[in-house]
Amino acid sequence: MTDQASDDTATPEESASRRDFLQIATYTVGAVGAGLAVWPIVDSINPPADVLALASTEVDLSPVEVGQSITVIWRGRPVFVRHRSEKEIEDARAVPLDAMPDPQSDDDRTQKPEWLIMVGICTHLGCIPNGQRPTDPKGDFGGWFCPCHGSHYDLSGRIRKGPAPTNLEIPTYEFVDDTTIKIG
Amino acid sequence: MKLSKSIILPFLDWVDYRLPVFSYARENLIDYPTPKNLNYWWNFGSLAGIVLMIMIITGFFLAINYTPHTDYAFSSVEHLMRDVNYGWLLRFMHANGGSMFFILVYIHMFRGLYFGSFKAPRELLWIIGVVIYLCMMGTAFMGYVLPWGQMSYWGATVITSLFSAVPIIGDTIVTWLWGGFVIDNNTLTRFFVGHYLMPMVIFMLVVVHMWALHVHKSNNPLGVDMRTPADSIPFHPYYTIKDMVGMGVFFIVYFGFVFFAPDFFGEPDNYIEANPLVTPPHIVPEWYFLPFYAILRSIDNKLIGVIAMFAGVCILFALPWMDRCRVRSAKFRPIYRQFFWLFFADCILLGYIGAQTAVEPFVTIGRIATAYYFAHFLIICPLICKFERPLVPPESISAGVLKAQKGAE
Amino acid sequence: MRINMTFPRTIGAACAGVLLATAISTAAQASGDSVKLEKQDWSFNGIFGTYDRGALKRGYQVYSEVCVSCHSLNYVAYRNLMDIGFEETNVKEIAAEFEVEDGPNDEGEMYLRPARPSDRFVAPYANEKASRAANNGAFPPDLSLMAKARKGGPDYLFGLLTRYHEEAPEGMELADGMSYNEVFPGHQIAMSQPLEDESVEYEDGTPATLVQHAKDVTTFLAWAASPEMEHRKRLGIKVMLFLFVWTGMLIALKKKIWAKLH
Repeated sequence: MTDQASDDTATPEESASRRDFLQIATYTVGAVGAGLAVWPIVDSINPPADVLALASTEVDLSPVEVGQSITVIWRGRPVFVRHRSEKEIEDARAVPLDAMPDPQSDDDRTQKPEWLIMVGICTHLGCIPNGQRPTDPKGDFGGWFCPCHGSHYDLSGRIRKGPAPTNLEIPTYEFVDDTTIKIG
Repeated sequence: MKLSKSIILPFLDWVDYRLPVFSYARENLIDYPTPKNLNYWWNFGSLAGIVLMIMIITGFFLAINYTPHTDYAFSSVEHLMRDVNYGWLLRFMHANGGSMFFILVYIHMFRGLYFGSFKAPRELLWIIGVVIYLCMMGTAFMGYVLPWGQMSYWGATVITSLFSAVPIIGDTIVTWLWGGFVIDNNTLTRFFVGHYLMPMVIFMLVVVHMWALHVHKSNNPLGVDMRTPADSIPFHPYYTIKDMVGMGVFFIVYFGFVFFAPDFFGEPDNYIEANPLVTPPHIVPEWYFLPFYAILRSIDNKLIGVIAMFAGVCILFALPWMDRCRVRSAKFRPIYRQFFWLFFADCILLGYIGAQTAVEPFVTIGRIATAYYFAHFLIICPLICKFERPLVPPESISAGVLKAQKGAE
Repeated sequence: MRINMTFPRTIGAACAGVLLATAISTAAQASGDSVKLEKQDWSFNGIFGTYDRGALKRGYQVYSEVCVSCHSLNYVAYRNLMDIGFEETNVKEIAAEFEVEDGPNDEGEMYLRPARPSDRFVAPYANEKASRAANNGAFPPDLSLMAKARKGGPDYLFGLLTRYHEEAPEGMELADGMSYNEVFPGHQIAMSQPLEDESVEYEDGTPATLVQHAKDVTTFLAWAASPEMEHRKRLGIKVMLFLFVWTGMLIALKKKIWAKLH
């Protein structure tokens, strides 16, 4: 269907290989461009700037009395902040590791022992455990009790009895100063 | 390489035997016989198809971040512009893509008018194209309402109110369209759904458009159909690469606007949130509607004005029967060619008039331009056919190409 | 038979297209008098334009000392100030000066707390009606998008701020409480001249003239309306360079492939 052309500047083989190189180069450059063009589309469904701005939450700890718990929202989830008493800290540290389904020392779970900060979502199926209010059921170990399927957490937020597989998650946080933490 | 031959090719054959995608692709995209003399005016169909895909993809990712509720629509667009990663790029690509889509389709249509691509046996191809154009207009109209700016709201109010011109049931129709006594959230949500849905309809119509095209194949600048293999060349690699060149040039123009003049085709008033109690001093539709807006306003009677506006688009359906001259291409019709350019100028003039306020001398000029617009289709085209003595087209494409080459030497 | 008749016609068509585009872009001035705006030399003009950081800081100072008493900036968040050179601690301090309603608390009441960087700029009035009540029925519009929401954009804003007249011209009656402005459509504006020489004392010591204030706050408002501009232009240059190179390659490849035919 195509006419047989006479190439007057080079042999057919030479011009073919020249065209092959140009062809490969052009398509490669095009493929690179297409690949680069995909990134903005993919990135557009990453968390936007206003969500990222709420990625950390600062919490003022000064109004939290000893023995009191507060719940703050961090990245849309509840975080339990408990100002533990001396007795609670002692009790938490006295538990032997082999009594725990998910062994973890209390020391590993706190930066300052009187402040217990953990994500208030049961590691079983995601309900929010009771225990923040003084009138709440605290479970068999004096900490938190998840009403959905009966997981019991102790005074360090560790799972002791029930279907939850792991201890309540400790988020990344740091003490900005003695009475303020920044979570996330 | 041997591996690919022993595994991939048999696999392709296995699929193809059951669902002939590969042989279909070969027949319609690779070996497909295309006139060898197509010029760059034939690029605009594929360019429009590319823009359709860009609009659907950017639209999809915009819709992920857009909220179709009057309380949140405007601020969700600002959220896209400021907080969503590359949201500004998606928005500007979508807004400017819409304008580009119309520019490309208008050129595509004028190409058809000039070279007689609408004539037998391609009448249905032309008609499907006009249906696509109507769907584009509906899609664009609904889409422009979504950002919920002042022009979104008031443009929608003016145009939907036109339906009240229908005798007896006009007001009922408008209330039904609005879902209320005024354009409000109910209208916005249905326009969002409509705007999302119509491009799917357009996509299917484009498939049918291509199907119709592939029956009698492309027209060409000489207006003489392909008869022998000497008249045609395979679509690949000749027109695949030529379409890519067109795409490259188009992208330079398109992204030039997107990155450096993203609000060129827009209206400043649409950066003000819609206010039902404040009417902007100049309500202007998007530029691609201006000629029809001019036709609408040039007739004093509301109902007749509405009918004339729709007739302005629908007259295109009748074109294959208005211009039945045997000689297809304007290349060989010196009289028709002059009137083609007059018609083109008239369309530009109508567009200009549509953007002006309804004062003299624009009103009178608009009336003359409207009359001329319809006269072109209803009077001029049939008359030219009768009285014109066209030049003699070559016997075949290859004869025409050879002649042109000889002339160039 | 003329071979290339279409070419001059194409030029004619292109000219008509450009005419149409310019006609449409000047269409809004078809009715009434058209005010000639002076084109200023903005740092953000042109394909290499950027926002002058000094102007942005000074412009923010003008906004926060003068404009904020009446005009909201609803779509800008305090954290956005970090993009124009403010330090994070500075931004926290700025935000904390304003109060934001939050709640309800455990008693079911709404309460006020200091703003955080993640909050949007606090508006001077609770809603439009409150704003009108405090401003003789006039509504000072939100300024987040003002640089894009008026024909002429930044040039318009600059003209508005600098072209007030003490008195209306001969034969024109100003309504109660209105001021004469050359640039404002209709020439009667409810806002009295907001800026004059030394309205604000600049922290960086730049001479505080009306023109300086107007330039700086307009630059700030241009940024507020288009914070993405610098990224957009930078990326645009890369994209255009890529497209020019790639289209050149495509043209060369096309010529090579088509050379076979003749």
